[in-house]
Amino acid sequence: MAGWLFVISLVVALVAAYRPFGDYLYRAITSTRNLRGEKLIYRLVGVDANAEQTWGVYARSVLAFSAVSILFLYLFLRVQNKLWLALGVPQMNTHVSWNTAVSFVTNTNWQAYAGESALGHLVQMAGLAVQNFVSAGVGIAVAVAFIRGFASKGLGNFWVDLTRITLRVLLPICVVATLVFMVAGAVQNLSGGTDVTTLTGATQHITGGPVASQEAIKELGTNGGGFYNVNSAHPFENPTTWTNWLQIFLILLIPFSLPRVFGRMVGQNRQGYAIVAVMAVLAIASVALTIGFELHGGGTVPQAVGSAMEGKEVRFGIPDSATFAAATTLTSTGAVNSFHDSYTPFGGMMPIVNMMLGEVAPGGVGSGLYGLLILATITVFVAGLMVGRTPEYLGKKIGAREMKLASLYFLVTPALVLIGAAAAFATGNNSTALNTGPHGLSEVLYAFTSAANNNGSAFGGITVNTPWWDTALGLAMLLGRFLPLVLVLALAGSLARQKPNPESEGTLPTHQPLFVGMVVGVTVVLVALTFLPALALGPIAEGLS
Amino acid sequence: MRLPSWLSQHLAALRALLVLTVLLGLAYPLAFVALGRLPGLSGKADGSLVANGSTLIGQAFTDADGNPVTRYFQSRPSAAGDGYDPTSTSASNLGPNSVVDTADSPSLLTQVCARSLAVGKLEGVDGRRPFCTTDGVGAVLAVFHRDGFTGPVTRVVSVNQTGTPFIATYDGVTVGPARNGEDYQALGGVITPVRGDAPVDPVVPADAVTASASGLDPDISPAYAALQVPRIARERGLSEDAVRALVKENTDDRALGFLGEPGVNVLTLNIALDRQK
Repeated sequence: MAGWLFVISLVVALVAAYRPFGDYLYRAITSTRNLRGEKLIYRLVGVDANAEQTWGVYARSVLAFSAVSILFLYLFLRVQNKLWLALGVPQMNTHVSWNTAVSFVTNTNWQAYAGESALGHLVQMAGLAVQNFVSAGVGIAVAVAFIRGFASKGLGNFWVDLTRITLRVLLPICVVATLVFMVAGAVQNLSGGTDVTTLTGATQHITGGPVASQEAIKELGTNGGGFYNVNSAHPFENPTTWTNWLQIFLILLIPFSLPRVFGRMVGQNRQGYAIVAVMAVLAIASVALTIGFELHGGGTVPQAVGSAMEGKEVRFGIPDSATFAAATTLTSTGAVNSFHDSYTPFGGMMPIVNMMLGEVAPGGVGSGLYGLLILATITVFVAGLMVGRTPEYLGKKIGAREMKLASLYFLVTPALVLIGAAAAFATGNNSTALNTGPHGLSEVLYAFTSAANNNGSAFGGITVNTPWWDTALGLAMLLGRFLPLVLVLALAGSLARQKPNPESEGTLPTHQPLFVGMVVGVTVVLVALTFLPALALGPIAEGLS
Repeated sequence: MRLPSWLSQHLAALRALLVLTVLLGLAYPLAFVALGRLPGLSGKADGSLVANGSTLIGQAFTDADGNPVTRYFQSRPSAAGDGYDPTSTSASNLGPNSVVDTADSPSLLTQVCARSLAVGKLEGVDGRRPFCTTDGVGAVLAVFHRDGFTGPVTRVVSVNQTGTPFIATYDGVTVGPARNGEDYQALGGVITPVRGDAPVDPVVPADAVTASASGLDPDISPAYAALQVPRIARERGLSEDAVRALVKENTDDRALGFLGEPGVNVLTLNIALDRQK
């Protein structure tokens, strides 16, 4: 009962935030005034804040910024052991550094290392956490540019979008959230740790670190990279029952509010309501299923134990842990407060399915909205074919070029997931899985699904810090982020070039329940057709055995 | 001289990254580190330290050999290093159908069965669980059929036991013990867990037999605390009511009545016990 109240209270809070916070986001993004601090940044960076960019220039700016970020972070990780606050950690090797640099720049935050033993405080603060902010900024910026493709002639300016989202949205919320986490007990210091003598006379090393400040952006930016190995299960990251609620709220806040920005920018709030309705239907169904499977799911060990408490914390319990698991995989977060590998067979399938949905319900910050708008575009096209009219979305024709871009967008991640998982088995690299049988297959499938969808959570039993895994998952993350992103911007450019067509009798209304139902249907059918065979070999085989 | 546009773009990117690194990577976190020095916040910012540990971080109340120190409430099993090691946090990551022991490591099922038996013995209660043998390993058979998955049963092995099997016969076939290092699944045996006749609701609570997510769980469930009360009262010469009162004082209820689950902080509880003279 308490578990359901937990979910309902989250829904109520998100509904209450939708309009005011969405409007705030809209004003921050579309305002014509530059703040003094922003002007200073534009001057330091050397960009003209008033210059409109074509889709090509916008895309090249994103790619240049991300390429520089990967290189910078890679070098930072390689030399971190020689820097201030290194705390005696060893040098990070080439393949883990590559994997980690790509992971944080792509908003994945897949972690092939254990934070408490592999990283000094400086690289966590000034390397990883910076990418937590800016990779979130990049995602939102691209979503905004895509909306401008529907709403106006220009796509805006990447540097302005990135700066504003960071300074006006992400940083202020993080300042408040950091303070709240600190009051709850999350640590925030530069200490290398303290040795204490336990009650029974043993020695325990209590770790330190600037954790609270990193925790805030980790959730708000749907990043998910934990300061410590066990992420949000660690009492220093997520100390109380109510910080757990707050973390889930922060994860979902921006992705669920961005449809409001979409509605405002295209001048029809009801279009935003339709998109957020699709997200909400899928998300609520997923959360309910995950909780249900965890409470009543099978598996020999949960039956022997009497409940699925393996890999869960007492203070969170089962329903709240399952809610976190659903929220983190419905978005591109990948933070965990419980370990999915030990979930019941079907309970553990839900995070995989959530990611396979393409993380659109509500998805990562920005990436969720553009992912869902692509699916809406595909739906408009499918519906147009059924009634024999030229498909239009918000007055823009969905023609051959648009459909090619949208279809390619959809195909990228499934291709990466299925080819990657197949390659792991073909090369014998699946042998690093901890568990055997169908569950071992699930571990491999989960790894590639998580990387290609830029999630970052894992069935943690698998060992992935080998050269093959680091390289392969690094590539999956890189291609899974930037190919779709370029395709989205190309589609935006193509839409922006079109003159809007006035609505006519034959136009499919894209704000009504019928359309919402169709988008939900298209999403579920596309995902089921793509992934059912792989799921049948892994979690479904395990759950039915 | 005008730089080519691809180069100027990357230079702008580098400048943007450096500016944002100073702001978001240094100024922002360090401001909060400074704020954490303020009285009132500093205790928490430094990790809620008390004389014998951190109130947020669980610890093992065992002796040098890993045996429970009986005058203390016991924490949950931990997969962090050798147990409750904050420099090596981890969950077990073993799956829900990890039921066959290997030469290197016991299955999750066997770990659960062994813990349940040990806790039952320590507290003087019934430690049996479904799918567990009476000697505390997973009750799992490899069943060989004539035609693979079908046909009459030809051979049955109790895969987690090298001694006397937990049941004598299965489907009319005599059950044999396992030999070390043999992979019966690879030989074609169908892995079949056997529920047995243990009660549906085991006396030993779930959190007492499962490793937590962090390996540092500071809490146990009120049920597990209640199970330990008689032992603590006996060992310390206190009344059970006095111990129960201390348990209650060290229980964190659900925030707002519906967030999370109630938990008993084992370290603060044991410290409170030590203060009772």
